[in-house]
Amino acid sequence: MKRYNTLREVRSDIASGAISCVTLTQYYLDNIERKKHLNAYVEVYANEALAQAAIVDEKIKAGTAGKLAGMVVGLKDVLCHKGHGVQASSKILSGFISQFNGTAVQRLIDEDAIIIGRQNCDEFAMGSSNENSAFGPVLNEIDPTRVPGGSSGGTAVAVQADTCLVSLGSDTGGSVRQPAAFCGIVGFKPTYSRISRYGLLAYASSFDSIGIIARSIEDTALVLEVIAGSDDNDSTVSTTVVPEYSKSTPYTKKASVCYLKEALESPGVADDIKEVMRKQIASLQAKGHTVEPVAFPLLDYILPTYYILTTAEASSNLSRYDGVKYGYRSSNATDLLSLYTKTRSEGFGKEVKKRIMLGTFVLSAGFYDAYYTKAQKIRRLIKETTEGLLQQYDFVLTPTTTTTAFKIGDHSGDPISMYLADIFTVQANICGIPAISFPKGTDANGLPIGLQLMTRAFEEESLLTFTQSLLDD
Amino acid sequence: MSITAEEIKKIAYLARLEFTEEELKNFSGDFNKILVWMEKLNELDTTSVEPLIHMSHEINVLREDEVKITLTHQEALSNAPKKDTDYFRVPKFLS
Repeated sequence: MKRYNTLREVRSDIASGAISCVTLTQYYLDNIERKKHLNAYVEVYANEALAQAAIVDEKIKAGTAGKLAGMVVGLKDVLCHKGHGVQASSKILSGFISQFNGTAVQRLIDEDAIIIGRQNCDEFAMGSSNENSAFGPVLNEIDPTRVPGGSSGGTAVAVQADTCLVSLGSDTGGSVRQPAAFCGIVGFKPTYSRISRYGLLAYASSFDSIGIIARSIEDTALVLEVIAGSDDNDSTVSTTVVPEYSKSTPYTKKASVCYLKEALESPGVADDIKEVMRKQIASLQAKGHTVEPVAFPLLDYILPTYYILTTAEASSNLSRYDGVKYGYRSSNATDLLSLYTKTRSEGFGKEVKKRIMLGTFVLSAGFYDAYYTKAQKIRRLIKETTEGLLQQYDFVLTPTTTTTAFKIGDHSGDPISMYLADIFTVQANICGIPAISFPKGTDANGLPIGLQLMTRAFEEESLLTFTQSLLDD
Repeated sequence: MSITAEEIKKIAYLARLEFTEEELKNFSGDFNKILVWMEKLNELDTTSVEPLIHMSHEINVLREDEVKITLTHQEALSNAPKKDTDYFRVPKFLS
């Protein structure tokens, strides 16, 4: 069977009788088995997916199939899927079975998507390499000695390795875009609150967004259209009307684009990535778009702001994991306090404990104003400055990452060097604006390079159509 | 600022976490490095800036207060590591 890049191709081959949902699902299941060593999946729902495929085949014949009929999808292990395990790739949620569907998952099911399995990630979505998982690291298919990025590493590799067409991940600081860049595919994070977070395991609630990893912009647009929009179960979700992204007309305007000077000047950005940026800038200009360099003087403050606020929110969100109501419980406890302490100390991994500790510290009496309130103020400065930039320009162009996929273990020594890998992606989460990573060329080692575009809140439609116009080059 | 091993132990207690002496030693190094890095924010004057607290554009989202069963008693108990027919079970803490 050939590799499909869009649902449209799938549907066309189903219509011609070349394939069926059942044969397609079997093809993906065979690929999962063949590529098991990549460790992308935590659990695979083979029988259930095949049974669902047979139902969808019947619906297609009867003409009653939903928008996503024929789309085989995977879910990052942070999304609640009724009757299935979800554990954020953490020991602390061992054995947890979700009692309900998250809103995004329910909407996929309602439109006849076939869910094939749940995917490995960094524990509680904390990491940029997928090395912090209770299920072990995920490997990048292009070079299995390298990381796939994180935290949605399994989610990206599953699409990269042709084991499903689309996956849902989560993006708190780049967790969908960075692995998509490392794996040579499309990773998209919408405006904060565009997609309901009901049934998404919380990491940092004012940053968290469900994101989409796909092989095409058109599938990204279609899935966004299905899962976005108001929801009674999430009071923060936006009630702004959801456009029919899948029916958008191509981008024909002349855009004004700025790029961050630092992306071409900073010694931290790999030369091959700078070269791809330069080529992209030249090609935009050749097409009549305006492209200008801008300085973003707050760049150095983005990551410290992000880590203060996200660790604070995480320390609060993760306090629910105490061994009482669900998941892992230590057998070494002697009283209630040691039940909490031993369960949490044995159940959480190293990076998660570190972030809970940092978050507890920045929220503690005496330090709250100096760290947490200070970071909230700088968040406002960064957001307003970025919005100012987006008043002048339609899009901000940056590399998605400073390097291509690094070797497994490369950043294990220095905690800050790993955090710096997220420098370009975090800004969109701090500001709550939409951003996309799209593949553009490779470096000297043949490793994929991703570029990122950001735009104004709720302007996903132009972000997607403009990105499509760059991919058509 | 630099944080001592004693202070880290206090934070660990607040977070209901515990660390071995060895872990604590490695941890203090990392922790202090990250705090120094975070203190970079002090370079910016923010005296007239209001903290940004809410990211959602929605304001005062209200709904009718209706009684609904969103999760049954048994479903709520279904993932408990230890339970009886009605309750989660924990070690005795009242003497």
